[in-house]
Amino acid sequence: MKIRSPDTAPHTLSILVDNEPGILARIAGMFTARGYNIESLTVTDVSEDSSVSRITIVTTGSQNVIEQIITQTERMPPVYRVTDLTELGPHVERDLALVKVAGTGEHRIEALRLADVFRARVVDSTTESFVFEVTGASEKVDSFIELMREVGLVEVARTGVVAIGRGKEAS
Amino acid sequence: MAEKSGSEILVEALVDCGVEIVFGYPGGAVLPIYDTLFGQKKIRHILCRHEQGAAHAAEGYARATGKPGVVLVTSGPGATNAVTGITDALMDSIPMVVITGQVATHLIGTDAFQEADTVGITRHCTKHNYLVKDPDKVGSTIQEAFFIATTGRPGPVVVDIPKDVQVASGTYRKSGPIAHKAYVPRDKPDTKLIEQAVEMLAEAERPIFYTGGGIINAGPGASQMLRELVRLTGAPVTSTLMGLGALPATAPEWLGMLGMHGTYEANMAMNRADLIVAIGARFDDRVTGRLDAFAPEAKKIHIDIDRSSINKNVSVDLPIVGDAGRAMEDMAKIWKAKQHKKRDLGDWWRRIEGWRATRCLDFPEDGDEIMPQRAIRALFEATKDRKPIISTEVGQHQMWAAQHFGFDAPNKWLTSGGLGTMGYGLPAAIGAQIAFPNALVIDIAGEASIQMNIQELGTASQYRLPVKIFILNNEYMGMVRQWQELTYSSRYSESYSDALPDFVALAEAYGWKGIRIEGKQELEPGIGEMLAHDGPVLVDCHVSKLANCFPMIPSGAAHTEMILQANEVSGTMDDEAKALV
Repeated sequence: MKIRSPDTAPHTLSILVDNEPGILARIAGMFTARGYNIESLTVTDVSEDSSVSRITIVTTGSQNVIEQIITQTERMPPVYRVTDLTELGPHVERDLALVKVAGTGEHRIEALRLADVFRARVVDSTTESFVFEVTGASEKVDSFIELMREVGLVEVARTGVVAIGRGKEAS
Repeated sequence: MAEKSGSEILVEALVDCGVEIVFGYPGGAVLPIYDTLFGQKKIRHILCRHEQGAAHAAEGYARATGKPGVVLVTSGPGATNAVTGITDALMDSIPMVVITGQVATHLIGTDAFQEADTVGITRHCTKHNYLVKDPDKVGSTIQEAFFIATTGRPGPVVVDIPKDVQVASGTYRKSGPIAHKAYVPRDKPDTKLIEQAVEMLAEAERPIFYTGGGIINAGPGASQMLRELVRLTGAPVTSTLMGLGALPATAPEWLGMLGMHGTYEANMAMNRADLIVAIGARFDDRVTGRLDAFAPEAKKIHIDIDRSSINKNVSVDLPIVGDAGRAMEDMAKIWKAKQHKKRDLGDWWRRIEGWRATRCLDFPEDGDEIMPQRAIRALFEATKDRKPIISTEVGQHQMWAAQHFGFDAPNKWLTSGGLGTMGYGLPAAIGAQIAFPNALVIDIAGEASIQMNIQELGTASQYRLPVKIFILNNEYMGMVRQWQELTYSSRYSESYSDALPDFVALAEAYGWKGIRIEGKQELEPGIGEMLAHDGPVLVDCHVSKLANCFPMIPSGAAHTEMILQANEVSGTMDDEAKALV
């Protein structure tokens, strides 16, 4: 017998929660317990009085699974609301990476040239290395990192996706 | 404001939340709380013999009364022992507040004696949980815990209180109605959707109500509203294991339970219906059978207070989020306001009568052996006039009780449905008996299940509770053996109940009366003797050893593929079916 897995698509969910101890474990643990994927997760306090946090999760699943993820998350007492930004439509997604590249000579120059194309900034430099800061949609960050492999990529630190709806309404 | 200790605040807040009974077990990390309990008279503490027993007793109390059950246990093993009961309450939507002691705040995280990460461990088996680090917050947390446990879809809430917080002083003010910032349960269903539901119901030719534990949780009024809706529409009703009693089993519209061990007529009617109205039920896998063959011709309305239950397993045509009782009340009102007449469902009922004619609950009976089904029926006949509260353990006896014992009212049937916890029945019966000291409370048990919390015999003795235990003793973990027969060519791996105790002697050792029933002629007198004794009685009723529970929808099969009798059993299954168990 083989285990089958259903067709899936990525969704970006924006979750507003009470900023209480253990909230991240609660939500991440629910995803694990119910077998949902987490491709990326960010969380930070977003209110004036530190009482509310926004969690942005990129997850994958069939339409039914996404609906379950949303309702299962929404029913947790500390959760205010869950917005499926992918369903909502127009929204902005950003991912930030710090990319360390080491090398000399032609590699070094090529790295700088590529960084310019991607509008990555140099935030640290030695005679043998750079740290670039690159921001954009995840695909752009992915491609930049991919290109850096050929010119001496050492390591990457990355935030994961943060996202917000376009226009004047709160998401 | 006068300052009090955390444990004094705790007890005062519990009283303010209406708590009269606490089921618990003391230990190091709750000594301050137990000392506060010692000096007061408003809360009665029931000392169970194991924390799991305390949690199930609180569940039984909650299920029988509709009020939240309250548990008090110590840190570490006290909390971990309660986890099974907490999970059981989560699965069956039982309102419960569990107070756990914790090591002092400065010791948390140091692997201190009897330290366990209780909030971490219970995070996914509670509706919500708290670690209270400030005595000023003990009172408000308790009030919020009760609010969350009892509103919306009910469930267990754990409040973990470190020992230093119990001792330190703080202030407490009883709050008015709780307004939680993020948690706003939605009781009131959308009227437009209710109107649509009424239209669909008025037009249906083959409607059926599929009801569940949500109706019991919505209070006795909800059961009345179900009866009213059935009177208005004339539609048949089936129910999940958790929903038994919402409609009297004597009602002509009652088809019996549905699902894996449901009746033929209930499952066939679900399969052939053109409209299913699901109320407070969650399309569990034990109910639906093979999903792609579930109710292929039916439009589906799903009324549930938990939006995540809707479209989880089965996609529905009309989802309605709200309290079951309010939704049914609105449906009945709108039905009357629109002057809908009861539709002629004659053809539909004739088909149902055809299925009923299979008499699927009949069982073969010869020789002197007591058939377990006969024992349940005899128990029902002997007790029905006393409106008994019945609890069960888990297994064949549980299904036979669900099939053969008729329930006429809600809150009379205490069983572990979702989690399927062996060892639930005795403590649950104790909890119900504490709430209703004069009621007849019977735990229908199996000889294997009863041993899982047998220590609670002592609890009943201590509080002079006249609980009855009726063991259907077939010397097997019967449901395991039945599955092995169906699926694994009768290789009875570890399912024989060897080295059984002498149950009568065991009962007597705990100060109970013990009765053994061994043959048909002893059945009715034995039951009579049990009922005549006004203290606790354990009956060890020896029944046919190899009887199986039918009808049955085998794993991975559709509602129409029921096994009605033992001679239809095949003996093996393919891997897909085995994996679905």
